[in-house]
Amino acid sequence: MSDLTSLTLKAAVEGLKARRFSSLEITQAHVQAMQAARALNAYVLETPDKALDMARAADERIASGVAGPLEGAPIGIKDLFCTEGVRTTACSNILGEFKPTYESTVTTQLWRDGAVMLGKLNLDEFAMGSSNETSAFGPVANPWRAEGSNQTLTPGGSSGGSAAAVAADLCLGATGTDTGGSIRQPAAFTGTVGIKPTYGRCSRWGIVAFASSLDQAGPIAKTVEDCAILLKSMSGHDPKDSTSLPVAVPDFPSFVGRSVKGLRIGVPAEYSAPGMPAEIQALWDQGVAWLKDAGCEIVPVSLPHTKYALPTYYIVAPAEASSNLARYDGMRFGIRAEGRTLTDVYENTRAEGFGEEVQRRILIGAYVLSAGYYDAYYLKAQKVRRRIADDFAKAFETVDALLTPTTPSSAFALGAKDTMDPVTMYLNDVFTVTANLAGLPAMSLPAGLDSQGLPLGLQLIGRPLEEGTLFSVAGALEKAADFRVKPRAWWRA
Amino acid sequence: MAIDAATVRKVARLARIRAPEARLEPLARELSVIIDWIEQLGEVDVEGVEPMTSAVQVKLPLREDVVTEGGDPAKVLANAPLAKDNFFVVPKVVE
Repeated sequence: MSDLTSLTLKAAVEGLKARRFSSLEITQAHVQAMQAARALNAYVLETPDKALDMARAADERIASGVAGPLEGAPIGIKDLFCTEGVRTTACSNILGEFKPTYESTVTTQLWRDGAVMLGKLNLDEFAMGSSNETSAFGPVANPWRAEGSNQTLTPGGSSGGSAAAVAADLCLGATGTDTGGSIRQPAAFTGTVGIKPTYGRCSRWGIVAFASSLDQAGPIAKTVEDCAILLKSMSGHDPKDSTSLPVAVPDFPSFVGRSVKGLRIGVPAEYSAPGMPAEIQALWDQGVAWLKDAGCEIVPVSLPHTKYALPTYYIVAPAEASSNLARYDGMRFGIRAEGRTLTDVYENTRAEGFGEEVQRRILIGAYVLSAGYYDAYYLKAQKVRRRIADDFAKAFETVDALLTPTTPSSAFALGAKDTMDPVTMYLNDVFTVTANLAGLPAMSLPAGLDSQGLPLGLQLIGRPLEEGTLFSVAGALEKAADFRVKPRAWWRA
Repeated sequence: MAIDAATVRKVARLARIRAPEARLEPLARELSVIIDWIEQLGEVDVEGVEPMTSAVQVKLPLREDVVTEGGDPAKVLANAPLAKDNFFVVPKVVE
């Protein structure tokens, strides 16, 4: 029953509840698909035994009538979430064979609701990258290829493994994290749906930290509704994360399919960057037309500080990273390199354990925080960050959500990074990073193919805590776009 | 160029990352590209703007000052590169 892997999460959960198939059957189908797709390098650790054990337990719960909302549904976990007794690496050599003795809050809630873990998914090292190429396990291959081409493309990053696994039907859904676009950009590159909720909606406890004031967990899934189902399980107040918001979790799935008539949708002028490919502009225009047809009112808005978002991000994120990553000192966990003095051991461990991009960001962070530069860089960035957030607050006085493209291009070739300077690579996140700085919920969904046959995404940005509105608007766009194309399964062994 | 080799040496030292001499110049060039690009923030008027430190304004919660969990050295040491008698073993710190 290999068809079981092509189900949506919602259809799978319904089929399991109605006992049309068992969790063991659908989990086995996914384990086989996962093992046959190693050419994609999406999973860095397969946990088939754990998956089958969890599936059997789920089947028992279904039989006894106590099924949770995700009961028996196999999913993948980004290898940034700590999983008890299961190797967690952040795809960095510095963590070695680290096996957490605790479980992250988000994954704890997913297991509470009955989900089954298939394995750990590849990502850019410490989630620092936009192409999955900084992973210590090597890059993920995008399941999508340009028409008539055998060239391997990036799935985006940092949640590249999560997005590729969902696109290739290697799981029903996956967790991701998003610090500057790491859920939304890979979702756009792989024809999947991803949402970064409001900062504080999901607990960060047990997620390997990158930039604490920006990091947020969220799901990547096949449909808008599947994302809503997963986000509902992942969200909620957690006393173990002091930035976790003590607010109730709405019934996100109930927002999908609601009428969007009369909603005001803002189109920010500044996202129309000069040099933006005509196809991206055309897709954006199409999205506007779809929402007009659905009864939305389209309102031009201005977010004047947009161009400063990326440079602000590249001060704030590396500064916080340089502080967060100070814990990797070779003393308490992870690898330890030899050295003559204690300082030698620190320096050798960190030089050996961290990859090139992570080292670069730590150095930038240490520089902007160092004596004499703090005010000029870090404090200045924190002030510009408020300007950016204020732009959004002003726009949201007149609109309910914003519509933009997710990325300035479709997926690019693996290896293109080697010929790009870091800043060019950073520009990939130009449309996504603003929502992280302002802490706003933002979502990407597939809206069409470009002329090479590669998926393109549209992004919706909402008011704080109004993920529900995003799910309604995304539902309307999904219906209009009717995106059903799947990549050809060239990777199957 | 915003950053020279000497600055890279100093920052790498602060960050406790060994940077071989041969890497200092190339790193200085790479980091300078990034810092030069960041400099455009100088254009933004931030007069009177309060720095934003958190995306959502909430009062940081306080909890009772009591022990919540602990007393499990085996768990704490489970991932240690080197441990002995319920302690981490680290390189000699005091001469």
